[in-house]
Amino acid sequence: MRKHAVVLLLLSQLIVHSQNCNYTISGKVIDLHDGSLLSGATLVVSETELATQTTLDGVYTLSNLCNNTTYKIKVLHSSCQTKIFSVKVTGHMKRDFRLEHHLEELNEIILEGKAYENTTKTVLENNVSKETLERFSTGSMGDALSSLSGVTSLNKGNGIVKPIINGLHSSRLVIINNDVRMQDQEWGVEHAPNIDINSIGRLTLVKSAGALQFGGDAVGGVIIVEGQKVPVKDSLYGKTLVSAASNGRGAIMSSHLTKSFENGYYATVHGSLKRFGDFEAAHYNLTNTGLAERNASLRLGLNRFNHGLEAYYSFFNNEIGILRASHLHGAADQVRALSSNTPLIVNDFDYQIGAPKQQVTHHLARIKGFKKFENFGKLSLQYDYQQNNRLEFDIRRGDDKDKAALDLKLDTHTVLLDFDSNSNNAIHLKSGLMARYQNNFANPETGVRRLIPDYKKYDLGLYLIGDYKVNDQWQIEAGARFDYVHMDVYKFYRTSFWENRNYDELYPNIVIEDLGTQVLTNPNLKFNNGSATLGAKYSFNEDYHLFFNYALASRAPNPSELFSEGLHHSGARIELGDLSFKSEIGHKISATLQRDHESSSFSLNPYINTISNYVIIEPTSVRETIRGNFQVWEYRQTQAQLIGIDVDAAYKYNEHISSTHQLSVVKGYDRKKDLPLISMPPISTRNEIKFTYPRFHNLKMELQSQYVFAQNEYPNNNFEVYIPETESTETVDISTPPSAYHLLNFNSSIEFKIAKKSLLTVGLGITNITNTSYRNYLNLQRFYADDLGRNFLLNLKLNY
Amino acid sequence: MKKQFFIYTILILSLVFTGCSDDDPAPEPVNEEEVITTMTVRLTPSGGGSEITLKTVDMDGDGDGEAIVTVSGPLSAGTTYDGIIELLNETETPAEDITEEVEEEADEHQFFYTIGTGLDVTTTYDDEDGYGDPIGVEFTLTANTASSGDLTFTLRHEPNKSADGVADGDITNAGGETDITETFPIIVE
Repeated sequence: MRKHAVVLLLLSQLIVHSQNCNYTISGKVIDLHDGSLLSGATLVVSETELATQTTLDGVYTLSNLCNNTTYKIKVLHSSCQTKIFSVKVTGHMKRDFRLEHHLEELNEIILEGKAYENTTKTVLENNVSKETLERFSTGSMGDALSSLSGVTSLNKGNGIVKPIINGLHSSRLVIINNDVRMQDQEWGVEHAPNIDINSIGRLTLVKSAGALQFGGDAVGGVIIVEGQKVPVKDSLYGKTLVSAASNGRGAIMSSHLTKSFENGYYATVHGSLKRFGDFEAAHYNLTNTGLAERNASLRLGLNRFNHGLEAYYSFFNNEIGILRASHLHGAADQVRALSSNTPLIVNDFDYQIGAPKQQVTHHLARIKGFKKFENFGKLSLQYDYQQNNRLEFDIRRGDDKDKAALDLKLDTHTVLLDFDSNSNNAIHLKSGLMARYQNNFANPETGVRRLIPDYKKYDLGLYLIGDYKVNDQWQIEAGARFDYVHMDVYKFYRTSFWENRNYDELYPNIVIEDLGTQVLTNPNLKFNNGSATLGAKYSFNEDYHLFFNYALASRAPNPSELFSEGLHHSGARIELGDLSFKSEIGHKISATLQRDHESSSFSLNPYINTISNYVIIEPTSVRETIRGNFQVWEYRQTQAQLIGIDVDAAYKYNEHISSTHQLSVVKGYDRKKDLPLISMPPISTRNEIKFTYPRFHNLKMELQSQYVFAQNEYPNNNFEVYIPETESTETVDISTPPSAYHLLNFNSSIEFKIAKKSLLTVGLGITNITNTSYRNYLNLQRFYADDLGRNFLLNLKLNY
Repeated sequence: MKKQFFIYTILILSLVFTGCSDDDPAPEPVNEEEVITTMTVRLTPSGGGSEITLKTVDMDGDGDGEAIVTVSGPLSAGTTYDGIIELLNETETPAEDITEEVEEEADEHQFFYTIGTGLDVTTTYDDEDGYGDPIGVEFTLTANTASSGDLTFTLRHEPNKSADGVADGDITNAGGETDITETFPIIVE
């Protein structure tokens, strides 16, 4: 076809006489999706020999057209769908043509335009590269995200890794996995997202609540996980990755296989296995920190230009051991653990995963379809179902020894209806409706009072977001969302707590049954949450861009914040929620100055996040029980403010050597009490130098330095406890952050072509090269043990 | 096509919401099976005489209510007592005897008796697990001279019984987790 066009083009150079026709049509050829101008597009006037090509600015002129004649103009572009337009010539005319991208360029059925679409226009989004994802194949999604500036993680050991974005985590982050909002009991600090890192095709971070289509409660930000992109052509390809690590003496294996057809049908299967034994700190074994993970997913779909359907199912199952020495009963045990330099229990290396441990199974099923209407937009409908079953095993006695101490089953059904309008080229509107039903079942067979009560939750949301490209420099974006949340809860309160909190007088109507030591209540909580975003992007020129965004987020309190009432073993503390909590409301203002250039680029991203009704948990007293003294932590709402800046820079010295630099600073304060917030990430900087030599098997070598400062601002939550054995009163220091530390990591890879279509990549990495002993403020295990020691990694990747 | 989408949406929405109509019965209460509400230490004079009991009761476990600690009377100087400890979960009816569970897992449990300054008593273990190490459910307490001070009973789960001094009753190196601990004010007359 293109050859034909070229011939025509050559012919058009000749002077063509046809009637007495001197009229011209001129205009631009524009990309339908992002409005960019298409250079090199060919325009052929059917049944004539007229043809032309667009200039670099996408401008064309067709001359010698006759008046009052209708022409069929065929517009061709290498990366677009060829389209024929009917034009009636009436004098000299201006007419712009808009083209759709080729189907090969389209990724999954939801995405149009670019292979992957940006979710917000006025917040600079960050992506974790494919290479980084593969480098962290033995770790978790949280580890890979931590490679971005402004992201750290809240860990429990090294198996449970929760991302922290600009100082916020857990329920304040929204995680979207293959278009499905994860519902995996994210409220607990020791509940990591149930996503297999090796199934991720693309990982995007939005450090703002601006992506309203996903929810209005992302006070901290949004993490978007997408699958592999599947081309629309006949092909069969796959990837197998095997990674082995010395620390933990384990490995992962992951395989993908995709079959696609020219007619738009496709199928992808993925499976992965992970098994590790006890990990090691620099100088000792971390007993009972092994882990096992099994994942599988299947994707079937049809991707046509104007309609599509996709079904997706994924299974996730893991078992994570928790450091044996971190399981404590009471403050006296805590004193012993804190005063010891090494964990109180250190055994020889073992693959066995004993109690304490957690076992999580997550099923996710989704079906989604879309239909495009010309000059109108795209309508999509999605239904998804998720089931999350969380089992936590404690050190128990007698018949209960092998019984889970926590057994929660969370079922969630969601229906989404979205409409994406593209009728106007400059204005892009997105709107949608969401309905969700969730049911939590806490199994009473555990023989332990329910940590999270049985509840049913109903959500209804609707949103409208629009962006307008004013001109080449300015783009503005605005959006609003409303969510209604209704929780129907069955909660057993201890009578002593019920009365001490005055709930018997405040909420007498919700009591259904009085059981003596406990009362059964039926709270019905309703929240009306509004959220909004407003932003602008200004491009100084091709390289320099300025993003500005304001996001208003509203988050209903989670079941843990509302209903906690009892001993939390993993923290050796009693946690108390509050039934009267209101929605948390965050106002985040962020700006980004970006220079995006091949040889040197940087971005500066300052932000300020002011949150009212911010839910915080803090110690209030020490309670004496028959099991010893426990610190009591109570949830409270306050006014919080987080201020910070993320800096990224990259410089290319020559074709082989480049470096990247990152700095993240965040400060968080409780403005009501004028105190620092707990667990704020300390200042950290990461610097990397990279050497590449493409001519020799695409050799790459990187040396990375990571320096984490000591957190110098923290609330003092220390308390005193009397120890009868020594007849002394001891201070339990649970506040002082650990010292600063510096880690060096090395990473390298080399490629071998082993067959016509097969490529083998061999990677070698070393983390913590100097085997430094360090403790991380944001690792809950820091009270009891050092973080990981040196680790050698070997990666083998085969693309076929 | 647009209409179809709309119809499908309504259909699915209605399925979702009817599928979960509110007809579940109220959940059943959980009675904590492992909780120890009551520890009773019975001290019987070897040569006969009235029994002294030290008792602590905390019916709501880690709830707001505090433990009630009682000592039935003073010990007599120069007397040797046979001691036995009983642990109960009184949230269940009839009360569950936790001492039995401790004895079944004897090698994973050990009681320690910590004698506070001023109190002149001595203790020795009277029982042992399968490995010949003490459990401490049964013991002998000798009240020496007239004195007063604290006496603390601590039950450790999974202690290191082979660590230095542990088999002799020194808690310092025992490790493990505290299952129960209570301090009683004792007077020897």
